[in-house]
Amino acid sequence: MAEQLSDFQRIAIVPALNEEETVGRVIDEIRAFDSGFDIVVVDDGSVDRTAGVAADRGAHVLRLPFNLGIGGAVQTGYRFAFEHGYDIAVQIDGDGQHDPSQLPKILEPVLAGEADLCVGSRFTGDGAYRSSFARRVGIKIFAGVVSAVVRQKVTDTTSGFRAVNRRGIALFAADYPHDYPEVEATVMCVKHKLRLKEVPVAMRERGGGASSITAVRSVYYMTKVLLAIFVGMFRRYAVPFEEERR
Amino acid sequence: MTPLPVSIAAAVASFLLLVVVFELIRSRRLRERYALLWLLTGVVLLALSLWRDGLNTIAGWFGVETYPPAILGAVGALFILLVLLHYSTVISRLSDQNTILAQRLALLEQQLREG
Repeated sequence: MAEQLSDFQRIAIVPALNEEETVGRVIDEIRAFDSGFDIVVVDDGSVDRTAGVAADRGAHVLRLPFNLGIGGAVQTGYRFAFEHGYDIAVQIDGDGQHDPSQLPKILEPVLAGEADLCVGSRFTGDGAYRSSFARRVGIKIFAGVVSAVVRQKVTDTTSGFRAVNRRGIALFAADYPHDYPEVEATVMCVKHKLRLKEVPVAMRERGGGASSITAVRSVYYMTKVLLAIFVGMFRRYAVPFEEERR
Repeated sequence: MTPLPVSIAAAVASFLLLVVVFELIRSRRLRERYALLWLLTGVVLLALSLWRDGLNTIAGWFGVETYPPAILGAVGALFILLVLLHYSTVISRLSDQNTILAQRLALLEQQLREG
């Protein structure tokens, strides 16, 4: 018998950069799914009303003094979750592409104790996800490399729709990749002997803002992430100890 | 033609550069984003040292007939220039961010004292 979601202190980490049009709806939808979720919006140096919209809706707002990039922003959220003793954290983008009604799918394996990190994948099942050819090729390459490194089939390495338990929160609070973090975070988790599971979810088209990865940057992105994975294979990783539940 | 000892010395030196950069990343003293230019430098210099005919051809393009390894030095200098320029932009960004942090800290302290 899996434990109930309501048994846990739970928090939604919402990284947002100039998402004033969508962040309010994301917060409302998370509340509509489960009003027991605390919400922390990490404003990564927005120049619009992102932080104001989020604060008006009663979310915790962490305003970074300048843009740290998605990795630094998300880690800020995990640090908040760790310091405040949360048991479960979910990561949902502030641009509206992640549908909070899909939360049960990524939470279930974590609640059932089957996974420490559960990633929602666009590709393994329902959800007609469309993207450019080049992007699809890039995603395929990463899926192949990551699957080989973690010895487990992974289809969507760039998904930022994730759920973690306390072990995952502790790991990410202490160490999270910079720049383009999702691929590396997935690999890092497995290296630290955390259990990874990927489940199919439906995702929406982005509601506003612009993707953080433009065509020009994708070559740099691929090189940097592949280098990080390669070098990471030669690092030693500590296995985090299990904390007592509070 | 490039003297063989020069090619060997250049290849060893660029290989060492690659090894040092790799170890710095592995031990987390150098972030990947700041290592990429160094790695590119090492790879290009290693390629030019090992591919001796190529170095001669390139030297020919630039009218360097007498001593092709001069091209190695020129390419190395060019990359060092690139790395330095890159670091200048990085330092500028860091110094801007440092200013913002100091200002925010001053505002916070003022709030704590008077709040």
